[in-house]
Amino acid sequence: MSTTIDLAGGETLELHDFDVVVIGAGGAGLRAAVEAKQRGLRTALVCKSLLGKAHTVMAEGGAAAAMGNVWPEDNWQVHFRDTMRGGKMLNNWRMAQLHAQESPDRIYELERWGALFDRTKDGRILQRDFGGHRYARLAHVGDRTGLELIRTLQQRAVALGLEVFMECKVLRLLKDSTGQVSAAVGYWRPTGGFVAFTAKAFVLATGGVGKAWKYTSNSWESTGDGHAMALWAGADMIDMECVQFHPTGMVWPLSVRGILVTEGVRGDGGVLRNSEGRRFMFDYIPAMFAAETADTEAEADRWYDDHINNRRPPELLPRDEVARSINAEVKAGRGSPHGGVFLDIASRRSADYIRRRLPSMYHQFKELAGVDITQEPMEVGPTCHYIMGGVRVDADTAATTVPGLFAAGEVAGGMHGSNRLGGNSLSDLLVFGRRAGMAAADFAEGRVGQPGFDEAEARQVVADALAPFSREDGENPYEVHHALQETMQSLVGIIRTESELRQALDELATLEERASHVAVRGGRAYNPGWNLATDLPSMLAVSQLVTRGAIERRESRGGHTRDDYPKADPELGKVNMVQRLDERGQWVLTPEPLPQMPPELAALFDEGASTSANGAATDGKAGAATAGDGRDGQPREGQQSTQTTEEGR
Amino acid sequence: MSTIEDVKPVPVTLGGVRGGPERRTLRRDRWWASPAFTYAVLTLFVAYTAWAVFQNADYYVGVNMHRDLISPLYSPCIMGSCVPGAHGTFLVLHWWTITPAIFALSVPAAFRSTCYYYRKAYYRSFWQAPPACGVADGHARYTGETRFPLILQNLHRYAWGLALVWNVILTIDAVMAFRMPGDGGIGVSVGSLILTVNAIALWLYSLSCHACRHLCGGHVDQFSKAPIRHRLWKLVTPLNGRHMQFAWFSLFMVVLADVYVRIVAAGWIHDPKLF
Amino acid sequence: MGDVTMRIWRGDQNGGQFVDYTVPEVEGEVVLDVVHRIQAGPAPDLACRWNCKAGKCGSCSAEINGKPRLMCMTRMDQLPTEEPIVLAPMRTFPIIRDLVTDVSFNYVMARQLPPLKPRDPEPDGTYRMQQVDVERGQEFRKCIECFLCQDVCHVIRDHEENKPHYAGPRFFIRYMELESHPLDTNDRRELLRQRMGIGLCNITKCCTEVCPEGIKITDNAIIPLKERVVDGAYDPIAWLGRKILRRTKRSAREVAADAPAAYAPTSEDLGERRAVPETAGRA
Ligand SMILES: Cc1cc2nc3c(=O)[nH]c(=O)nc-3n(C[C@H](O)[C@H](O)[C@H](O)COP(=O)(O)OP(=O)(O)OC[C@H]3O[C@@H](n4cnc5c(N)ncnc54)[C@H](O)[C@@H]3O)c2cc1C
Ligand SMILES: Cc1cc2nc3c(=O)[nH]c(=O)nc-3n(C[C@H](O)[C@H](O)[C@H](O)COP(=O)(O)OP(=O)(O)OC[C@H]3O[C@@H](n4cnc5c(N)ncnc54)[C@H](O)[C@@H]3O)c2cc1C
Ligand code: SF4
Ligand code: SF4
Ligand code: FES
Ligand code: FES
Repeated sequence: MSTTIDLAGGETLELHDFDVVVIGAGGAGLRAAVEAKQRGLRTALVCKSLLGKAHTVMAEGGAAAAMGNVWPEDNWQVHFRDTMRGGKMLNNWRMAQLHAQESPDRIYELERWGALFDRTKDGRILQRDFGGHRYARLAHVGDRTGLELIRTLQQRAVALGLEVFMECKVLRLLKDSTGQVSAAVGYWRPTGGFVAFTAKAFVLATGGVGKAWKYTSNSWESTGDGHAMALWAGADMIDMECVQFHPTGMVWPLSVRGILVTEGVRGDGGVLRNSEGRRFMFDYIPAMFAAETADTEAEADRWYDDHINNRRPPELLPRDEVARSINAEVKAGRGSPHGGVFLDIASRRSADYIRRRLPSMYHQFKELAGVDITQEPMEVGPTCHYIMGGVRVDADTAATTVPGLFAAGEVAGGMHGSNRLGGNSLSDLLVFGRRAGMAAADFAEGRVGQPGFDEAEARQVVADALAPFSREDGENPYEVHHALQETMQSLVGIIRTESELRQALDELATLEERASHVAVRGGRAYNPGWNLATDLPSMLAVSQLVTRGAIERRESRGGHTRDDYPKADPELGKVNMVQRLDERGQWVLTPEPLPQMPPELAALFDEGASTSANGAATDGKAGAATAGDGRDGQPREGQQSTQTTEEGR
Repeated sequence: MSTIEDVKPVPVTLGGVRGGPERRTLRRDRWWASPAFTYAVLTLFVAYTAWAVFQNADYYVGVNMHRDLISPLYSPCIMGSCVPGAHGTFLVLHWWTITPAIFALSVPAAFRSTCYYYRKAYYRSFWQAPPACGVADGHARYTGETRFPLILQNLHRYAWGLALVWNVILTIDAVMAFRMPGDGGIGVSVGSLILTVNAIALWLYSLSCHACRHLCGGHVDQFSKAPIRHRLWKLVTPLNGRHMQFAWFSLFMVVLADVYVRIVAAGWIHDPKLF
Repeated sequence: MGDVTMRIWRGDQNGGQFVDYTVPEVEGEVVLDVVHRIQAGPAPDLACRWNCKAGKCGSCSAEINGKPRLMCMTRMDQLPTEEPIVLAPMRTFPIIRDLVTDVSFNYVMARQLPPLKPRDPEPDGTYRMQQVDVERGQEFRKCIECFLCQDVCHVIRDHEENKPHYAGPRFFIRYMELESHPLDTNDRRELLRQRMGIGLCNITKCCTEVCPEGIKITDNAIIPLKERVVDGAYDPIAWLGRKILRRTKRSAREVAADAPAAYAPTSEDLGERRAVPETAGRA
């Protein structure tokens, strides 16, 4: 059903009505829409790029699920424990539990829908090792698992006849007089025409926020629209300060800045060097890791062949340590020509070995950068990768604190605590995408009355969106975006201090001012400048959330590292930083206690608790970062004893 | 036969305005070089073969020259019109009085002209559909291989089957070429080597054929349930990847063999015995 | 380093022309970087579709110096810079604006594709497949749906009228993936022959030439499909064999009867859903 409403000034608004509207067509959005559609509800899927292009396609390593195909010992309890430990116990335990219990079913379901995972010798789904996972657990398809996942779900959605609104960007969520979310307003990118959806339930699955930073592994779409829309609709946000930075993103050439360089390079023998050729990581071994880290190059080099009698190389220290050291080297003027450091595997391993172990890295550098990593070192530096924080949701239903609004995927918070394990995101998308779809369908079926549509409010959204066209001499939105990226990169990057964060807040206020004065020229059809202008408010809101959260969390935990509070604070480990906008539009931040884990689950953490829990101090990451490709599916010796919570991809 | 009425057609919007300039191509490299080359080589080949076919002479080197060499363009030679000695042993078509090459060439011609690779080559170079990628084909209508005569391309596998018989015959020719009556009985000469390489080239060409790959195992859906066919398919697949190279190589060898036999038969040179 | 000139097609359904932009050359850039710099500078409204800038999403397809390629995977140092670099939108699809085209044709073809119909699972509810069974299909699943192959295919590039009955190379690989899928019980060969235009392809391999994922579209999908169609429709011996052995795969009709949801028409078709500018064409 669709109607057209006339707005002022010859402007029209296309209005569609559905039972469930899913915003975002990444893994989470697709899975939610498929679920609601299977239930027979009138469902729409809205995404701001073409179907099948969402950021999820970039995921490589795999989807974690305790299927026990390679290691029968694996089960959901172990997966649950790994996830909680990886998140430094800041996770919502119930989400972690559901995730661990349900991911295997979600993976098998994909297979019924046509996914072709790599196989074990006896014909089951093969699982691969990854940092932080005790057993080989990642279902994968070579190094393009995200593509497989999204394509399978996309094809399933098409087969079900789901209605997809592509290249349609949602700007705002509207509530009706009952206080429930009842409409979403956006515009078609190809035409610039406005469109609104009324529905009984909405699912947010808009992915991440990386584009607020200068160097990021994220795609164009990761502008945090969903985070911002939820915030503006009055939802609670939690732990937004927990942003995962990966120490090794490419910094050069320009064309590939931010793109991920897998940990496998270091695990397989790659070392970090500064401009003087020195393996500088030896200068940065913190006292707390000294006992387990090699202090001579000779010992470090022996480790690759003999994990038992040697201590591991300092390149495999926890991520924040490595990133901090890279930062320090660059600041001291010993960086590479383009502001990173050198990651060198060429001088240490044979060309053959590199090509065999790291085919996609070899290919990536060769194709994109014209760099032959078997001959030359790579230039690397930290890159913004993933946000653990997000919209606060109920674990079982993915319901946000605003009625009628659900959230799943990267936009939702809680599942990953303060640090996400590699592979846990893809399965998170499936588990909570489905749950969000189910709960939204339930909610839609139970909702009484037709969702209202506040035309005046919609008119305001349209007017705000069009404002940049009417400003004659405003600033180019690209300049504001660049300034925002600079600010976030330099002041709210991987290592944070109070003074810099406060400075960032001031700068964000200025940027907000500048953003409200940007001007756009040209027509509305597919106008990238305009598109960016409408992204700016989201990115600014997310940046504020991250900065405010970061100020309040006066400790270092997982992805959040404070130079002025380098240790984890057990008290802060028991709270979520909850942020919301109150009725007057004021920012409110309150630490609220984490949900309490039931004793039988808490008991899982009693045995061998030495490497568990609290914070960077016992981060326990650096074990065998040679998680490797494990494609043979053969368990390797020592695997169970050498642990790492190091993030993979 | 299955019906397909139940798959609901979804309308395609036609006639949308296209972007870019109205120009045949925006390519600025020498895209025409490759089709022009193919055109030239294929034309030369066809011209030479036509000439050679109607020569109806100098295609066999026999006992009088202490050899047993037959041009691949004239083999199998089982016609009444064949020169003595070149005859097949079991079957002779006495009523056939025109040039025997027409019969000998019928199968290779059908095989090569329906070959997936040669199709590509002549559709691009002769038919210009398309001459090169991103270059407009310029035909008013296009029906591809859906109508007569091109629908017959679908019978390529039969041509392949017959070609295998021809391969056996040409292989026998190659083996026979090592007979050197009155010159030591058995030996290796340039001519015997050329015929041998020609036979090998023909085998490589036919075994790398796409129809062969399909019949060997390509039609199987679950390889693990058909290990032998899977193994065959695995054997043929790498050959198939070089089908184009084999197509050209074998074409070249056929011409080389014919030219060689022809000049020896005409007495221009002697077929040197190597050992 | 000097300057580089990009000659970019600017326009929409009302026509357009090439506009030259000269920007300083920067080391190590791809074409998309230069387009971004033009957007951030002289032409903020220059339309161009992209997402990942890593060759993984297949959004940034365009024709660079006349060749269909991904802008994010084409390095500037591989292009001759003495002359302007010509950047045009994909030719086969209707224009939206500048470098952006309306690719809904492809989504229409995807809609008509009978999906996987798996056989019954093992008693434990899962399936067993060997690596060798899935490898063939995995090659086709590498497809990033950049639609460059659809763009270059002369069957529809030069003959618009073929569009309604031509699935195109991107979907031929999908058909092949499903036809050779170890779990599938569907038969799509007649559909391919009669309505999806497998016979229109004349295996001239341009699709394979442009595929950024290096999928051997023609050799591994189209030709095998053609051979499978021969099995079903043209080969007299195969036909006789089936008569004698009474072996048939299920027909599309039977399949459709089993899975009505898959073919149920949706209220409106995707073309409308994409809000293609109205002038874009007649139905
Ligand atoms: C390089 C890389 C490698 C990774 N590898 C792995 C891995 O191996 N394993 C793993 O588990 N995780 C991995 N991750 C993380 C994982 O890929 C992401 O966290 C996950 O894909 C997020 O999925 P999503 O469904 O939440 O959102 P996305 O896939 O980001 O999709 C967001 C969707 O929302 C839409 N959208 C956004 N805003 C709007 C709006 N305003 N209006 C309408 N639509 C909108 C977009 O169009 C898009 O369809 C990796 C990430 C990166 C960057
Ligand atoms: C080397 C060689 C190649 C030949 N290739 C073809 C051929 O490709 N197609 C063909 O019909 N006859 C082919 N012939 C046969 C012969 O040329 C026919 O007389 C021809 O169909 C008549 O075309 P026309 O002059 O009407 O031209 P046109 O108007 O250009 O075409 C007439 C018909 O040919 C079809 N056609 C054009 N190009 C192709 C193509 N590349 N692939 C498939 N169909 C095409 C058109 O759809 C149309 O139905 C070929 C002959 C030789 C020797
Ligand atoms: S081989 Fe067939 S599908 Fe591929 S471009 Fe040529 S005609 Fe089109
Ligand atoms: S087959 Fe290749 S060229 Fe075609 S859409 Fe897929 S990736 Fe692109
Ligand atoms: S001989 Fe070339 S494909 Fe059969
Ligand atoms: S932007 Fe994703 S493929 Fe080029």
